[in-house]
Amino acid sequence: MAALINALPGSVAQGLIWGILAIGVYITYKVLDYADLTVDGSLATGGAVAVMCITGGMNPYLALLMASLAGMLAGLATGLFHTVFGIPPILSGILTQLGLYSVNMHILGKSNQAVSVDQYQLLVSLRYIQEACITAGVFCLAITLILYWFFGTELGAAVRATGCNPNMARAQGINTNHQKVLGLVISNGLAAASGALYAQYQGSADVNMGRGAIVIGLAAVIIGEVVFGKIFHNFALRMLAAVIGAILYYIVIAIVLQLGLSTNDLKLFSALIVALFLAIPHLKGKYFAKRVQKGGNADA
Amino acid sequence: MLKVEKVYKTFNPGTINEKRALNGIDLVLEEGDFVTVIGGNGAGKSTILNMIAGVYPVDQGRILIDDIDVTKLPEHKRAKYLGRVFQDPMTGTAADMNIEENLAIAARRGKRRFLGWGITGKERESYQEQLKALDLGLETRMSSKVGLLSGGQRQALTLLMASLEQPKLLLLDEHTAALDPKTAKKVLDLTKEIVEKDHLTTLMITHNMKDAIRLGNRLIMMHEGRVIYDVSGEEKKGLKVSDLLAKFEEASGGEFSNDRMMLS
Repeated sequence: MAALINALPGSVAQGLIWGILAIGVYITYKVLDYADLTVDGSLATGGAVAVMCITGGMNPYLALLMASLAGMLAGLATGLFHTVFGIPPILSGILTQLGLYSVNMHILGKSNQAVSVDQYQLLVSLRYIQEACITAGVFCLAITLILYWFFGTELGAAVRATGCNPNMARAQGINTNHQKVLGLVISNGLAAASGALYAQYQGSADVNMGRGAIVIGLAAVIIGEVVFGKIFHNFALRMLAAVIGAILYYIVIAIVLQLGLSTNDLKLFSALIVALFLAIPHLKGKYFAKRVQKGGNADA
Repeated sequence: MLKVEKVYKTFNPGTINEKRALNGIDLVLEEGDFVTVIGGNGAGKSTILNMIAGVYPVDQGRILIDDIDVTKLPEHKRAKYLGRVFQDPMTGTAADMNIEENLAIAARRGKRRFLGWGITGKERESYQEQLKALDLGLETRMSSKVGLLSGGQRQALTLLMASLEQPKLLLLDEHTAALDPKTAKKVLDLTKEIVEKDHLTTLMITHNMKDAIRLGNRLIMMHEGRVIYDVSGEEKKGLKVSDLLAKFEEASGGEFSNDRMMLS
């Protein structure tokens, strides 16, 4: 129990850092209705760019910005695959993600590159968890506020309309392809920012650090929705719900690790958790549909 | 105003499902025309509307709106000239966005969208007034999600959205077919009101022959991707459903006797 309580601040810090990714996944999955797998690659790209920039002597804030820009380019690639070449959403993301592995190897020069908090000025580090929580928390809040403003603008409303009803959007003069690309660019910029902070937090960028990121992002979005869906109606609060979902996810992970789950089994565990949460609405619908039918027969 | 010149469209060409939907159709609408379109299933009514709106590219032919050749323009660029209401009440509005947001999006049809506010306070007041005029009680529910509205309310809202930024041409694709008779009548009355108020040039598809005769100044009948009957003015006013049925029979050799059109 004591070990678990000791692990909690670390879970919160990790959750807040991955919360930025969760906001990005919220934009594609919930706002645009686009399951974007690019983030597995763009998160690692963000980590790689940030670490190489910082070790090259760049200011960490500037490095974070560079990382986000690199992630945005990845999102742009996926967006163009989909809108210009007509490749289905999931496949477009998989293609970019696969290609990014090589790109990330080139950026890093090897599969793993360390960045020590002793040598460089970093934004977050697991050596200073409290500060990491505050920094990552401020980032999450600032990003949420900026996005809340953005989705209230004419352009942001066009992105939302595209995700909600592309037929209506086109009938109202919205270029739905542009909006999809824009959404993917923003989302992957956030994924890369999340990766940039996570690489600093753990003290290294790894070419495999993004593996399964989409599943963690989805888990965060879905947990946030299940827990807060009924009480959070405001758009900004819904994005924050995804961040809190990420924190809850990492707390659950800390608990199951304490209970003796091997770290090797974590990905399997995550996949099953997400599958379960995705299945609930479907199974619920089926169950209720059957009940209605039975009721009808009884009346007849 | 609208010129459709020898437009051809075949779906799934070269396959077993090949379907020639438009067969060299010619159609000219004058400014202020309110044209009702009737025809059996598969006559090409919806296809011609979709061609004008740019949903699919044409195989051959030209489409001009106000002498601007829009044949090659994508759907979202043509939207500037067009107001559209669809058969399915779900199609015309964004369900997860609220009433005022839907209206604000429609008010920006054909305009550049950038980082200005998606909706301003002044707009809200104006929308409230216009919703009040619909007399559906929507003016008190401006921040409700459109998904919570009934089909009739959604069609009325879509109509308002279509006319908010005055279109050169209003396209109505059986927009009352999915509604119950009472609601359908209300939406049709509203359609008439909006078209007359703004003198909108309108193309309205309907399955209801009485409506087709009662509304508008001109009626066209389509069959196998062509206009086979075009009547306007006094002659149209004097039409009876039985006249239209006779025309159908004549055109199709009696195949319409089983069509759902007979019922209306």
